[in-house]
Amino acid sequence: MAGAVGRLNLLKLTQNHVGSLTACAKPFGCASLGIEPTQQRRWESSAHLIKSLPKAKYGGRHTVTMLPGGGIGPELMSYVREVFRYAGVPVDFEEVPIDPSNDSNEDLEYAITSIRRNGAALKGNIETRSLSPNVISRNVAIRNELDLFVNVLHCTSFPGIQSRHSDVDIVVVRQNTEGEYAMMEHESVPGVVECLKVVTRANSDRVARFAFDYAKRHGRKKVTTIHKANIMKSSDGLFLAVCREVAKDYPDIQHDDMIIDNCCMQLVSNPHQFDVMVMPNLYGSIVSNVICGLIGGAGLLSGRNYGYEYAVFEPGTRNTGSAIAGKNIANPISMMNSAADLLHHLQLENHSVWLREAIDKTINVDKIHTPDLGGQATSMDVIKNIITFMQAKTKSSTFTERIEFRQASVI
Amino acid sequence: MAGTMGGLKLLTNSAPKILRAANGLPTKSLPCVNYMAASTPARKYSIQAPVSKPEGRTLCTLIPGDGVGPELMQAMQEVLEAAGAPVDFETYFLSDIQPMLSAKVDDVVNSVAKNAVCIKGILSSPVTGDRASINYQLRSKLDLFANVVNVRTLPGIQTRHKNLDMIIIREQTEGEFSSLEHESVKGVVECYKIVTAEKSKRIAKFAFDYATKHNRKKVTAVHKANIMKLGDGLFLKCCQEVAKLYPKIEFDSMIVDNCTMQMVSNPHQFDVLVMGNLYGSIVDNIGAGLVGGAGVVVGSSYSANSVVYEPGSRHTFSEAAGKNVANPTAVILCGAKMLMHVNLQYHGSKIYKAVEKVLKSGKSLTKDLGGQSSTQEYTYAIIHALQH
Repeated sequence: MAGAVGRLNLLKLTQNHVGSLTACAKPFGCASLGIEPTQQRRWESSAHLIKSLPKAKYGGRHTVTMLPGGGIGPELMSYVREVFRYAGVPVDFEEVPIDPSNDSNEDLEYAITSIRRNGAALKGNIETRSLSPNVISRNVAIRNELDLFVNVLHCTSFPGIQSRHSDVDIVVVRQNTEGEYAMMEHESVPGVVECLKVVTRANSDRVARFAFDYAKRHGRKKVTTIHKANIMKSSDGLFLAVCREVAKDYPDIQHDDMIIDNCCMQLVSNPHQFDVMVMPNLYGSIVSNVICGLIGGAGLLSGRNYGYEYAVFEPGTRNTGSAIAGKNIANPISMMNSAADLLHHLQLENHSVWLREAIDKTINVDKIHTPDLGGQATSMDVIKNIITFMQAKTKSSTFTERIEFRQASVI
Repeated sequence: MAGTMGGLKLLTNSAPKILRAANGLPTKSLPCVNYMAASTPARKYSIQAPVSKPEGRTLCTLIPGDGVGPELMQAMQEVLEAAGAPVDFETYFLSDIQPMLSAKVDDVVNSVAKNAVCIKGILSSPVTGDRASINYQLRSKLDLFANVVNVRTLPGIQTRHKNLDMIIIREQTEGEFSSLEHESVKGVVECYKIVTAEKSKRIAKFAFDYATKHNRKKVTAVHKANIMKLGDGLFLKCCQEVAKLYPKIEFDSMIVDNCTMQMVSNPHQFDVLVMGNLYGSIVDNIGAGLVGGAGVVVGSSYSANSVVYEPGSRHTFSEAAGKNVANPTAVILCGAKMLMHVNLQYHGSKIYKAVEKVLKSGKSLTKDLGGQSSTQEYTYAIIHALQH
C-alpha cells in the first residue's frame, strides 16, 4: 500500500518537475538539461487556456479569491472585508471555503481553478485534518499546482514593539514547491520510512534569480544563500552551485553563503548582518519562523507566494491559530499586511500605502497591541483604529485616486 | 462587497448590508441593525458603525446624448444631488447628428479613461455616411467589450411576466458591428462579421465572472452555430471551454431564434445570457420590452479599467425631446448603479429605494407606464421619496 502511494506520488512529482522545467525553459534557458516533457500535468490544458484569458478585472474593480482557511482565518478575513469596505477599495472577493474534515479534493480543486481565473488570492492557513497519506496538504497542493515557486517574507522591525533586536530588515526568499515538501514518503520495508528531498537545477535557478532580481530592484546589497551542503553535498550542493552561478550575472550584488545551523545562531545573536536570504523549502520555513519570533511573533508579518502567473498572499508564518479562534484576541496585523501586499500587487498603490500607514500608526504610534505583543487590546480595537485612519484617508481622495492605474513594479 | 457591480442584485441579496448602510442615519432602522448583528453569528466580528461612505468627490464623465438624453440627465443629476452623493460631472456634449456642437471623441475618451466611470445618454447614429459611428468609436477606443443589461421587473409596472431577473451580456467590439462593409461589384455588398477566439473567450469569462460574483446559477450562450458553423461555432466552442473553469455554474446554449421565442413565452428559464453583438442588440430590446420598455432598463458597458452606464435599450426618443414626457427611470438608476460601483453604496441604494417607492405607489408615473405625470413631476416625486 505504502509503496503504491509512494510510486504514485513519485509519478506525480516527475510530472510536476517536467512541467516546471518546460515552464522555466524559456525565460531562464534551462533547456540544456536534456529532459523531455513526456508527460503532461493533469491540469496543463486548463492552465494553458487560462493564460490566454484576462484576469477578473472589470470597470476598475478586481475580483480576488479568498480562502479563509481554518482557525483564526475566517475572523481575520472578515476584518479584511471590513477594512476594504470602509476604505472603499475597488476589490470584490470570491470566497471559497475548503472543508477540512472532508477527504475529497473537490473544494481544493475549485479553489485552485478560482485562483487561476482571478489571478490572485488572499489566504489563511488551510487545515488538512486527515493524516492519511492519500490526502495531500492543501497548502502545499495550492503552491505546487499553481507553481508558486517562491515565497517572500519581508521582515522589518516595528519600533513600537518591544523585542530583543530592533531595526531588523531582512528579506527571506524561500523555494516554495520542492525540497523536503515534495510529499514523497514511503515505507520501503516495515519500520523503515524514506522521505525524498528533491532539488532541481531549474527550480533552484529561478528562485535564485528571483532573489537577485529582488535585491537589485529594491536596492539591496547582499544575498546570502542558506544551505547544508556540507552534509547534503549533492542536493544542497546543487542549490548552492546554482546560486553561485546566478550571482555572476549580478556583479553589483554581493553574494555569500551560510550553513543553516550557523545561520539560525547568527539570526538570534546578530541579525543585522543579513540582507536578502535565499534558501530551500524547509530551511525557509524554519528561518522565517525564527525571524518572526525575533521581531514580535506570528501575528505581524505577511508572506507572499509568487509564480509566473499567479500570486497568493497569506500571513508570514503559516499557523492556523486554532487555540485563539473566536476569542477576539488574534493579532490581525499579519493579515492586514497581506491585504496591503495584495493591494500593491493589484496596483492599487494608494490603498496599499494607506493601509501600511494605518498599520504603522496603530502599532508604533497609538501602540494598540493585542495580548501576543504584551498589550491589552482586542482584535477589534486594532481594526477599529485602522479603519478610522483609512476612512479619513479615503474621504480626502476620489474614486480615480483609489483605482489609480500606476505602472508599479508588480512584485 | 459582493454585489456592487450589479446594483440590482445587491438590493435583493444583501439586505443586511443595506440595513447596516442605513445605520448612518438616526432613523427608525437603527434597532433593526442591532437585531441583525445580534442574531447573526457571522457578524460577531463586524463593527457597529456607519458603512463606508468615501467622501472624496468622485468625478464622472457625462455624455447627455441625443433626443431626450439631456433632459433625462438633468433629472438624474437633480436626484443625485438631492441624495447628497459626492459626485461631480464632467459633461461633454457628443453627437453624430449635430457635428458642429459635438465635442471631440478623443477628449471624451480621455475623460472616461481618467475618471473610470461615465454615464451616457443614447447617441443616434446616422444611417448615411461611411464614417464609423461615435458609439462604435467610443466602444473600440475604450475597449468597452462587455455590455450588461439587467432585465429585472420593477415594482408597480404592469407587465405580462412577473418577477423577471435575468442578465444579458453582449460582446460589443466585434461580430456584425465591425464597420467593415464594401460593395465588391455593383449591387453586391459584403459586410464582415468578425469572430475571434480571444474576444469570445474574454466575453465568456466576463459572463461567468459576473455570474460568480452575483451568485447566479446558469449561463446560457446564445448563437446561430447551426448556420454560421465557423463564426458562431467558434464563439460557442470558446464558451464551452471557459465553462469548464466554472464547475459550480451550469452552462447551456440556445439558438438565437429559439431564444427570442423563449424570451417572450417563458423568460423565467433564463439567468445569465451571453451572446455576440447583433444577437445581443436584439435580445436586449426584447428583454427591455418584457419589463416595461426603454425607459426603465439599465445597461452598462465594461472594459478592464472603465465602465459606462447607459439605458439598456438604445433609443433616443427624439420625437419627445423637449416635451417633458420621457421616463427618466433608466437614467436615474444608471446614476445609482454608478454610485454603487464607486463604493457609494449608501447613496446608491437610497436612490434605488426611492425609485421603487415611487413606482410602487403608482402615483406620478410617466405616460409610458400608464400615468399622467411629466418627467419633472416624476423626478420630484423621487426626490421627495428620498427624504422620507
